[in-house]
This record gives sequence, structure tokens and C-alpha cells, in this order.
Amino acid sequence: MNAAPALRDFRDPQARVRLVWTLAALALAWPMLQLAEFKPWALFTAGNLSVMGGFLAGFWPPATDAAFLAMLGKATLETLAMATAGTALAFVIAAPLAFITTRALSVSRIGPGPGRVRALAVRQAGRSLLMVLRAIPEIVWALLFVRALGLGPAAGVLALAITYGGMLGKVYAEVLESTDTRPARALLEAGSGRFAALFYGLLPNCAQELTSYTVYRWECAVRASVVMGFVGAGGLGQLMDQSMKMLNGGEASSILLVFLALVLLADALSNALRKLLA
Amino acid sequence: MTGLQPPPICLRCYAVVAAVLAAVVASFVYLAIDYRALFTGESLRYMAKFIAEFFPPDLSSDFLAKTGWGALQTLAVSALGSLLAAAAGAVLALPASSRAGGWARQAARFVLNFLRSVPELVWAALMVLAAGIGPFAGALALALHTTGVLGRLFAESLENAPREPEQALTLQGAGAVAAFSYASLPLVLPQWVAYTLYRWEMNIRMAAVLGFVGGGGLGQLLYFHLSIFQQQQAMTVLMAMFVLVALVDFASARLRRGLGPAYA
Repeated sequence: MNAAPALRDFRDPQARVRLVWTLAALALAWPMLQLAEFKPWALFTAGNLSVMGGFLAGFWPPATDAAFLAMLGKATLETLAMATAGTALAFVIAAPLAFITTRALSVSRIGPGPGRVRALAVRQAGRSLLMVLRAIPEIVWALLFVRALGLGPAAGVLALAITYGGMLGKVYAEVLESTDTRPARALLEAGSGRFAALFYGLLPNCAQELTSYTVYRWECAVRASVVMGFVGAGGLGQLMDQSMKMLNGGEASSILLVFLALVLLADALSNALRKLLA
Repeated sequence: MTGLQPPPICLRCYAVVAAVLAAVVASFVYLAIDYRALFTGESLRYMAKFIAEFFPPDLSSDFLAKTGWGALQTLAVSALGSLLAAAAGAVLALPASSRAGGWARQAARFVLNFLRSVPELVWAALMVLAAGIGPFAGALALALHTTGVLGRLFAESLENAPREPEQALTLQGAGAVAAFSYASLPLVLPQWVAYTLYRWEMNIRMAAVLGFVGGGGLGQLLYFHLSIFQQQQAMTVLMAMFVLVALVDFASARLRRGLGPAYA
């Protein structure tokens, strides 16, 4: 132990360390700000302000005429269907890959034995596959599938499924590893199969987390319909694109309100499912 | 010895599973998706031709230099967006975590939900109007959306953290700022950092898409070369994206290890 510090010394004992780290972070941030062309004052130049103001003023009131609302309803249904189908396919891709790649269910890691190298190679291959799936942006996948399936929702759904499959697979594997893995390990050591270890050892602990992440991805898929508008997949994205191009702020704000409602719906769904699994 | 009782049958669970399955089936039926077309010889040939156009990637030194510059810009845009979002999210998380009364909590939550529900591409389209075409618009768009996500997560971790340390300091006569920053902040900071790193990873990928509406960086390069059918150059850009994502995945996994789980 050091000598007792002076009682009257009220300074933060870590002040110097914090100062050094702050200065280092600032030195690192400076070239970054240059690269990103950080110019907040550009926001407040008179020209930009008036353009923006004029545009935003057009956002009120939201469009509510019957013809537009009918179109909006159809687009919302399309977007919901695309997000649901895409997330379902993504789950089909992600679940087996996560089951293969997660270290929490590896029998060969328990002790030295035959097949250690092969298991490691399989895990690594699965992980690389997940990486390729999620590193290529969904829009590039969409452009690829448009060649085969033509313009429309099919290409968009497949593109969503592949990118989100990559992300879900990685996160599933990580969630399974970060929870308490001792029950699964005990089961595996006692000779149970990997499926039994998953269902009785891991899922009871992390079903909630897995479910809420999946619902969150569904919510992201709803928002990604804006990207899908690029490949003519229909839905809210295409409607938004049309409204923004025609500078029709009222329609744009109605669409944004629908997005807000869908996000709140996803939140409520996630909470309800978590409660069910608790 | 009495045997173990089988668990009671969970009717609601079956109902939920059935509802989810029904929704999935209904979606596929509604969209009338037919993936058989994917496996016909003709469309396989089209796709193979499209993929073959991407090879070999353009590895000439001046295009590599251009791609490297784009990658640096994407890195800067995503990092700046995440940093701004972390700062704004922390500020909004204080009222959103019921520290300033119910009314402020509702208002802050509404703002956060609104920021989150507007898609990044729409924010980007608006920011291009406000700040002009360029990387700064992309960074702002990322920041606005990410603020909504991070603010909510920050607020939740603040609510879950124990209140006693802060109360102890306040009762000893510490000011509100000192009590918060020496008692509550150290408890939640590791989780906040983990969430921010995780979002940074996602923002790198999103920054690539934002380039399509004029957000600078790799995305703008990709969009440019794809739209004039220079697939070999586009392949180089895709490879750069892959390297960037791999690097950030690796770096943030290393940093996050020991900071606790963060999946959001």
C-alpha cells in the first residue's frame, strides 16, 4: 500500500491519464475529420438553409387523399411481406451455419481426440462463408439476382436473405458463445449429441436474446426496402423514391409516419416475444 | 423415486410458432415468388456471365491508389458518424432513462424512435440537400440514424445499472454532474463502448451503400463503376470493402472482448 493520500487532495487521481488519452484521441481524429470533409458550418450557409427549409416546409401536412392511401397500404403490405420472407430465408441460411461454427458446441475442443483439425477447418470454412455473405452489400447481390429473376420482389428478397443470413449467422454463433456454456459442455462431456446440447444446454439461456435480435433484423429488413427500391422491388422504398424525386413532401412524410409505426410495431413484438420466452 | 414431471404444454408457444409460420407462408404467397427460375440453365448462364465480367479485378497501381483513398474515406465517414452518434446518444439517453421525469422520458424516447425509424438512405438524401454532395452528408446521415439506435441502448443500460453508488455520492454532497460521472458512468461505460464499436462495424457496411446517393467513399466508387458497366473496377472496390469489413470485425472483436456482450 502507498502512504495515505493527503485528505485535502480532491483532484481526480486519474486526471493526467485521462488528459493524455484525450489528446491522443484528438490527434487521431484530426486527419479523420479532414477525410470526412467535416464542415458543419456548411449546414448554416444561407443557400443550403433556404433549400432545406423550403423542402421541409413541403412535408406538412402529410398526404391523406384516398388514392394515395390505397397505394400506401399496398406498398406497406409488400414491404412487410418482403421483410418477412427475407428474414425467414435468412434464418434458414443462418441457423445451420451458426450451429456448425459456434465454439460452444464443439466436441473436439473438449479434449485432444481424432478429428480436431478437421473440425477446426470446417468451423473456419463456415465462418469465411458467413463473412463473404455479409461483406458484399445487398444492392450488389440484388443486381446479380436481377439478371436471373428479372425486376421484382424475388431478387430483392433473395439479396436480403443472403446478406442478413451472413449477419444473423455470425451473431447467433457469438450469442451462443457469450452465454453460460457450462450446461452445454456438461451435456457434451456426458455423451449427449450436439442437438441435445443446443436445445437443453444453450437455448434456455439465450432464446430471449436470439429472438430479440431476429426481430431487430426484421425491423432492419423493413427499412432496407428503401435499398430494394433500386431494383424495382416495389414496396415503400419505391414509393419513397418517387415522392422524393417529385419533391412531394406531403407524400414523403406520410411514408415516414408508416416507417415510424412499423418500427414501434417491431418493438412491441420483440417485447411480447421476450416476455413469452422468459 | 418419483420420475421427473414432463413440463406443462405451452399452448401460447405453439400458437406463436404457428402464427409466425403462417406469416412467412403468407408472405411468399403474396409476393408470388417463384425461385424455380433461378435454377434454369438460361438464368444460370446469365448469372455466370455477370459474375465472369467481374474478373480479373483491376489491379493497376493508380486504380488501387484511388480505391485505397476511398477506403480511408469510408473508414473516416463511418467512424465520424458513429462518434457523433455516440455523443448525441449519450446526451439523449439521460432524459430517456427516466432521470428527468416521465414527460421528458416520453419526449426523448419519441425523438430516438423517430431518428431510428427513418432509413439511413432517406436521411442521406435529406443531408445531401442540407450539406451538399460529399462524405460529410454521409457521416451526418449515419450519425442521425445511429443516434436513435445508440440512445435507446444507452438509456436501457443506464436503467439497468444500480442507482446506489450515485445516491451515495449525492447524499455526501456531490453535485449532480460529479455524482453521475464518478458513480453511474463507470458502470455503464464498458457497455456503451461495446455498443458503439458494434454499430461502427455495421456503419462501415452502411457507408458503402450510402455512397449510392452521394455519400462519398467506396460506395460512390462502386456505384460509379457499376453504372458505367466497369465490373472489373467494381470488383476491386468490392475486395477493398471485404478487407475493410474483415479488419473492423477483427479489431472490434478484440476490443469488445471483456467488455461484455452487446448485440443490438
